[in-house]
Amino acid sequence: MRVPLEWLSEYADAGLPVKALEERLTMTGTKVEAVHHHGVGALERFVVGRVLEAERHPDADRLTVCSVDVGDGGPQQIVCGAPNVAAGQTVAVARPGAVMPNGMELGVAKLRGVESNGMILAEDELGIGTDHAGIMVLGDEHAPGTPLKAVLPIFTAVFEFEITPNRPDCLGVYGVAREVHAATGAPLKPPPWAQDLRTGAEIPGVEIRVEDPELCPRFTARVFEDVTIGPSPPWLKARLMAAGQRPINNVVDITNYVMLLAGNPLHAFDLDRIEGGRLVVRRARPGEQITTLDDVVRTLDDQMLLIEDDAGPTSIAGVMGGQRSEVHDGTTRVLMEVANWNGPNIHRTSQLLNLRSEASGRFEKGLAPEQAMEAQIVATQLMIELTGARLVPGTIDVGGPGPPPKVIRLRERRVAELLGRAIERPRQAEILTALQFGVTDADDGLDVSVPAFRRNDVYREADLVEEVARIDGLEKLPATLPKRRGSAGRLTTVQRLRRRAVDALVGRGMYETVGWSFTDPGLADRLRLAPDDPRRDFVVLENPMSEDHSVLRTTLAGALLDAARHNTARGMPDLALFECGTVYRATTDKLPHEHRALGGILTGRLHPQTWGTPEPPRAGFFAAKGVLGAALDAIRVRWDVEPATEPFLHPGRTARVSAGGEDVGWLGELHPLVARTWDLDHGAALFEVDLDRVLGHADAVPQYVDLTSFPALRMDLSVTLPEDVPAATVVATVREAGGDLLADARVFDLYHGEQVGAGRKSLALALAFRAPDRTLTDEDVAPLRERIVGALHDALGGDLRA
Amino acid sequence: MIERIDELRTQAEAAIATADTTRALEELRVRYLGRKAELPNLLRSVAQLPAEERGTVGRAANEARQLLEGLIEARAGELEAGELDARLVADRVDVTLPGEPPQPIGRLHLLTATWRELEDVFIGLGFTVVEGPEVETVHYNFDALNHDATHPARDRTDTFYVADDVVLRTHTSPMQIRAMEAHPPPLYVVIPGRTYRRDNDATHTPMFHQVEGLAVDEDITLADLKGTLLAFARAVFGEERDVRLRPHFFPFTEPSVEVDVSCFQCGGDGHLRDGSRCNICKGEGWLEILGAGEVDPNIYAYVDDDRYDPEKVQGFAWGLGIERVAMLKHGVTDLRLFYDNDLRFLEQFG
Repeated sequence: MRVPLEWLSEYADAGLPVKALEERLTMTGTKVEAVHHHGVGALERFVVGRVLEAERHPDADRLTVCSVDVGDGGPQQIVCGAPNVAAGQTVAVARPGAVMPNGMELGVAKLRGVESNGMILAEDELGIGTDHAGIMVLGDEHAPGTPLKAVLPIFTAVFEFEITPNRPDCLGVYGVAREVHAATGAPLKPPPWAQDLRTGAEIPGVEIRVEDPELCPRFTARVFEDVTIGPSPPWLKARLMAAGQRPINNVVDITNYVMLLAGNPLHAFDLDRIEGGRLVVRRARPGEQITTLDDVVRTLDDQMLLIEDDAGPTSIAGVMGGQRSEVHDGTTRVLMEVANWNGPNIHRTSQLLNLRSEASGRFEKGLAPEQAMEAQIVATQLMIELTGARLVPGTIDVGGPGPPPKVIRLRERRVAELLGRAIERPRQAEILTALQFGVTDADDGLDVSVPAFRRNDVYREADLVEEVARIDGLEKLPATLPKRRGSAGRLTTVQRLRRRAVDALVGRGMYETVGWSFTDPGLADRLRLAPDDPRRDFVVLENPMSEDHSVLRTTLAGALLDAARHNTARGMPDLALFECGTVYRATTDKLPHEHRALGGILTGRLHPQTWGTPEPPRAGFFAAKGVLGAALDAIRVRWDVEPATEPFLHPGRTARVSAGGEDVGWLGELHPLVARTWDLDHGAALFEVDLDRVLGHADAVPQYVDLTSFPALRMDLSVTLPEDVPAATVVATVREAGGDLLADARVFDLYHGEQVGAGRKSLALALAFRAPDRTLTDEDVAPLRERIVGALHDALGGDLRA
Repeated sequence: MIERIDELRTQAEAAIATADTTRALEELRVRYLGRKAELPNLLRSVAQLPAEERGTVGRAANEARQLLEGLIEARAGELEAGELDARLVADRVDVTLPGEPPQPIGRLHLLTATWRELEDVFIGLGFTVVEGPEVETVHYNFDALNHDATHPARDRTDTFYVADDVVLRTHTSPMQIRAMEAHPPPLYVVIPGRTYRRDNDATHTPMFHQVEGLAVDEDITLADLKGTLLAFARAVFGEERDVRLRPHFFPFTEPSVEVDVSCFQCGGDGHLRDGSRCNICKGEGWLEILGAGEVDPNIYAYVDDDRYDPEKVQGFAWGLGIERVAMLKHGVTDLRLFYDNDLRFLEQFG
């Protein structure tokens, strides 16, 4: 909302510097987003001039050499290109040094060899109109040398306000003036609609019928005859230009001007083009069509409201007019419509038709019915004043004003209770009165009646507290802290453990990424997921911003692969990335299943080539297993893996991951074909676990075990086995045979070679035996060792290596 | 005999003192104390001396031998230490080479680092952390937060819809209602998480993160909000910071405010020492940081719990953008950098 300060000051002139007014309005809730400077600079160089002589330029047919009285320093020679310049005219003159609206500074110029000491101005050159056909001719009452700013609004600051949706009353200059009054104490002039010509209720030959009063709470109409369509006067054009509206003609300009002043849109019909002199407001029939002003055929439904005459629909009510009954150059009889429409209904229509207009944008915020008549009154004054029109007696007013004002009790103590600072009752009353509320004393506070233009926004005590607080000044509030009865801030166990797991990965040199929750449904195919894979159960967006972001991810794998590709393509092929983020799966419930996943990707070298390690190891299954294990061990989860397959992973290097016996995710090397899809030439190893499930198995409160009183007895065991016996089976067999005293068994070496023979491998295990109550001796452990060796032989075909 | 012992001792003392290698010293040891040396031989032959001489000669020889042994040992210690040092000096490495093997550092994403920082500040102020669904019902995301049927945030141009009554949450605020439904007052919670709006440019991404705050108790005032956010601003942006509340409008707070923090670069002046306009606050002196207010009384009506009666409880709420804080604090100029996951960005933070 652009409000020229010059216009605003007509109703409330705070007399403050622009910066101070900006600050005060912002701090009381009418936020100034920007201050623009509209018009010219170096104001003193713009004056009224009188053309004393005007003669044709000796060398140019279209130029006139004028002698202009500018009040001081004798007549000035100015060359003018306008066809209408003539001796005797009073004109607007820019003298050398003047700064034009485009920022250009005027100097002494030579035009075709003749010196010109300035410029006689057309309105567009001042930014106060669009006419460039000729110079402006001013009234002769202005003496030469009079500062031009006293005659024409050639400069104004323009406030651009952010008007919050609860304050449609501030979408008009007068509404903002009320705020200036309340915020600064500047006197508020009576509203421009304070005086109205009293007229009867009927207009002969005109009928208005509103079939749906709920969607059209008020419809007012007046008729003007003997209208002469023409340009608006400079002051009006200047204000429209400064407010960002292009002048068209006097009638259209009046509708725009009044809308900007009073807030309520207006529509001017050519009465001679309203068939039958009758307007009917009704719901459209389903599928009914209308051609709007922008020459588009619109198809309506039965919730949409239209205005028709005897020849059919002329406008979509409150949104956009039709072409047939528009005002045109030959219009002489105008029916001025100012109505009030149901906000949500206008919003719906404008949304569904994808048709937004200045009018719909205002109506959908919910204007007060009272505003319609206010705008009608101002329009009447201007129509008579500016178009030479005659008001046909009579005012049609269907629906009338809104409900009577509501009275709300504002308890004095409640202000202090909500704000944490008391504001005395007289001050409360002063503020509310300034904001145009009616105020009377009550036993514990004030009884406050709400003006119509705030009806939708202020209907409870808390709303009044806000009004009092914002005008009194929020900067006066002390900074205190809540009493925090019985509350102690902390992370939950799960939140703490989640941080620990993430920290463990960071500690292993991994970089955290944050992937989009969005992905594209084609991801499922790129990951080669089976048709019945639950990871195809995407949550689908109805209105995605792009196909790439049209569903929610069911796995972190896509985001991790994308991140790996992004960096690899930019010359960073050695990566260890992870993400801890939400994944989503559609279910039959209204809301999808969401869980927090922890996933990682390793690709390229595990660390850079160095002087000590010219051939660093490359990422593979075991590197991924190592970092995942670090995260799981960090939060003390008992976890395990077993061979498995995933469609996007290497079939020989894939594992399911379980925690506490529950399946929680997968781990493996990327399938080469999938790696190719993501341009990862050197492959990658990935993992993903359901962190919510994993955390359910974490040992958050470890209990003490005495491992120090009696030392462990350690020994190594080297055994050859058939190639296909998994290490986990070997360890399980050893543990089983070792019994309670076997505290730990771990594979630390793997060997293939001639010594162990084809089809066999050698595993070395480190064993630790421990008793809780004594130091074990070799004699204690010897039989256990025998049992372990026997079990390996009998169950797995293992032979002790010499 | 005694004279000879003294002579040998003197001779040996001088030789030991001037020995300059362990090897030379070893030779001296053999010469003076070895099996075939004179002094030990003297000792061995003491028994053959007359009885009256045995005592003095034996004692003298023994003393001489012990003295020399001690001198050799001491000298050997000196020489060995010197020789070890010489060997170690020769065994030097280039200490300026990088550590080996290299230890990758690993980093939290700036977003997570900021997220945790904010959580920790508010935990310190007595809040607990709760989380909620990102795919949310229209009821919790809009209706129960007092949004008019025509509120523009509901538009399909602004909000992602999954169904007519299901959206991607546009703010963390729906958890206000869920948190109140789950816990009776007093309630002090912060709600961090992902949020979504249909926007995409240098300062808006369709996915972003917020930290919601909600405190409901018997007597929580707007001044308490100011104090809480002042504590937050100082913890995150520095002890000299100030906050100001500007009146605003949100459907679910009344009174509603926008909160500005004094600029941490120019200190609130709007210009720098050299007189130029501050580029962070654009000369305003203040940085808009969040929206907040006293919980609108209508909100309590959506909570099916009599203990949330607007005549008995009141509170405040705020919604804060995590990226906004991170960008301001670390000078990040483009929001999209958060989601590119470019290593050159990731390495700089966390």
